[in-house]
Amino acid sequence: MSHSSLRALFAAAMPLVLALGPIRAPAQEPRYSHADVDFMQGMIGHHAQALAMAALVPARTGNQSIHLLAQRIEISQRDEIRLMQTWLKDRGQAAPDPGAAHMQHGSHDMLMPGMLAADQMDQLAAAKDTTFDRLFLQFMIQHHEGALTMVKTLFASPGAAQETDTFRYVSDVDTDQRIEIQRMRKLLTAMSPPGHS
Amino acid sequence: MSSDAMTMHPALRSKAARSRLIFLLASGLLALPAGIAAQASYTAADAPAGAPRADRRVGLSAGVDNAGEAIENLKLIAHQRQPAGFFDSATAGKHSFVNSDLAFSGNYIFQGNYYGLQVWDISNPKKPTLRTSLVCPGGQGDPSVYKNLLFLSVEQTSGRLDCGRQGVTDTVSAERFRGVRIFDISDLDHPKQVADVQTCRGSHTHTLVTDLNDDQNVYIYVSGTSVVRSGNELAGCSGKRPDEDPNTSLFRIDIIKVPLASPQDAKIVSSPRLFADSSGNIAGLWKGGTHGEGTQETEETNMCHDITVYQAVGLAAGACSGNGLLLDVKDPANPKRIAEVSDPNFAYWHSATFNNDATKVLYTDEWGGGGQARCRASDPPKWGADAIYTLANGTLTPASFYKLPAVQTDQENCVAHNGSLIPVPGRDIMVQAWYQGGVSVFDFTDPAHPVEIAYFDRGPLNAQKLEGGGYWSAYWYNGHIVGSEITRGLDLFELKPSDQLSKNEIEAAKLVKLDLFNPQAQPKLTWPASFVVARAYLDQLERNHAIPKDRVSAIGKELKKAEKQNGEKRVEALTQLAAALEQDASGSTDAARVKLLQGSVTDLANAAH
Repeated sequence: MSHSSLRALFAAAMPLVLALGPIRAPAQEPRYSHADVDFMQGMIGHHAQALAMAALVPARTGNQSIHLLAQRIEISQRDEIRLMQTWLKDRGQAAPDPGAAHMQHGSHDMLMPGMLAADQMDQLAAAKDTTFDRLFLQFMIQHHEGALTMVKTLFASPGAAQETDTFRYVSDVDTDQRIEIQRMRKLLTAMSPPGHS
Repeated sequence: MSSDAMTMHPALRSKAARSRLIFLLASGLLALPAGIAAQASYTAADAPAGAPRADRRVGLSAGVDNAGEAIENLKLIAHQRQPAGFFDSATAGKHSFVNSDLAFSGNYIFQGNYYGLQVWDISNPKKPTLRTSLVCPGGQGDPSVYKNLLFLSVEQTSGRLDCGRQGVTDTVSAERFRGVRIFDISDLDHPKQVADVQTCRGSHTHTLVTDLNDDQNVYIYVSGTSVVRSGNELAGCSGKRPDEDPNTSLFRIDIIKVPLASPQDAKIVSSPRLFADSSGNIAGLWKGGTHGEGTQETEETNMCHDITVYQAVGLAAGACSGNGLLLDVKDPANPKRIAEVSDPNFAYWHSATFNNDATKVLYTDEWGGGGQARCRASDPPKWGADAIYTLANGTLTPASFYKLPAVQTDQENCVAHNGSLIPVPGRDIMVQAWYQGGVSVFDFTDPAHPVEIAYFDRGPLNAQKLEGGGYWSAYWYNGHIVGSEITRGLDLFELKPSDQLSKNEIEAAKLVKLDLFNPQAQPKLTWPASFVVARAYLDQLERNHAIPKDRVSAIGKELKKAEKQNGEKRVEALTQLAAALEQDASGSTDAARVKLLQGSVTDLANAAH
């Protein structure tokens, strides 16, 4: 076989793998941090409360926009709870059960940022129609903003969200909830203030 | 419950769709500018009598390398795994090696990866070979290429200036890189990093924009969608709201100007406030009201995801958080917003594609961020889908939604993602990636009634649990559909003729040859003078029943005759035919399409002189 065809054969069989970074053997891949675990564990409870709030919607209002919003929150956050539980289990960490009652009612020591206290949940559950609509939006905005705070806290801690999966998920939560806050604000401003017709 | 929520998922209706119902369209009612493709109506010659079969994408067996497959009107001609070092067989939780987006130059495919990049040689499209592999982590690795330059987007907080794999632990670090990397690829075997342009939010994706009046520079529109860096890490960065800090890094895109002769001098030259309202409120798009309690002045959504630039018409469509934007980009360094839309069905405006005539814009909603199953029977059909708008005089009007018609499992992440036009003259056809929903080819020539015409799908990676994967992108490039598969590698397809797409139409699409294709920099598609193009239009007219059968036959014969002639004889034959088509146009239900045929015949006549 000629030189050039040998060379071609070599070139075809051995694509050049360029590692532009410093070659350390073995390079340490980024790992998850305690803050990552805290975030996931805390957010499960946080999401669980959002689901509890969304569950109140069908019986308390006929407002279709609120229904759509609640439905999206329901689907999205239920799936995200599943994702977070998988994340924790894959890393041998405790995965909270979102059905735990104390999480849903937000007892004080379990309250993540933005979560409703028990009396706020009661207030929401007792409301109906436009009163409910307004309260739901205000409380859910508060709830979402709490999630954004949790994201901010996470990114402010060293070594956080270094793994690809974690970074992607946390960034998605931030983005999605920001957009939903905007939607909710828009709905709220479209409603006439209390006392007006 | 709203009627939307109660609507049957398209998959349940697809049984009916599969029996090829007759789609009617009031094609004559639209006034179209000359030369613009007419609306098509599709009729089924034969609707099968019995119960239509279920979609074959349902019930596919799971597996990484050996999953079940379903294919329709496509042929898989090549499947390549990514190289060792870019794949982890224990995939649970290990998504460092996500294959991401694609860019094309000559016979090379640049396949981005969260870990770096692969360069594939497709001189023989049936056997893609790996030319170069680049390890340089920092998702998402969205690539663009222009002449001897390669651009890569980096946003992850683990991104490093030195391309190291160990991440960056400190919250403020001089070792961190988030922004756009620039490589010189004059020597494709040895890409050389020549610049790292840092940005406040990193670069989730970017768009390469050329200035038609300036061949010395190119521009990069940087879409930063993730956490804002500390001002201590990168001077000037601020994550504060606009009312707290008018120089906030929110509510803007960053534009990098790259001098082609000295790319190392690339830098940010502007950061346009695309969301500003006319009074200069930079967060202006959805202003809070003055209704008191619970309302706010500032808004939370503040960034663009993908911006697709259609430089030939001076427009860009931006998918920006809660809105679809339309931008004037005739001055690339200073884009201006000219229209915006929003839709309560959209969770997250992700990307946009113009049709070739720029009379339509298709926006995608990436509900779930790409990591969630959103194509289940329980998922509303307008959510996580495409929204098709018509565009006229700078105004966008909603027309319809398109979603992958096949139901996918709970273990398959699935939502609308990246795609591009398939250049069939006279029709608006797109190929699109739907993650583990596979690849879908659909026609949106009638913006109110998009219809699928081809697909490919594999079963889930894992039957027991949702592992993110599937197609990140699927694009048309020089005769093939190229799919970037997140965990499985690279796939190439050819289109196969069907009653929805003729051999001539496929051959006409193959006539469009690009030297360079960065999908978010949408090229103007043009077709050479060719008998294949004329026959494609004729096939469309036949399919539409827009001219009588005997005329279809006669025109076909005329084309054949003219093709056999040379020089003046050919010119004469074609000129006669073009004149005759005038008559056909006036009697047709699709006059605009007859005119397209006439135009292609005239092109042929001119070319024969």
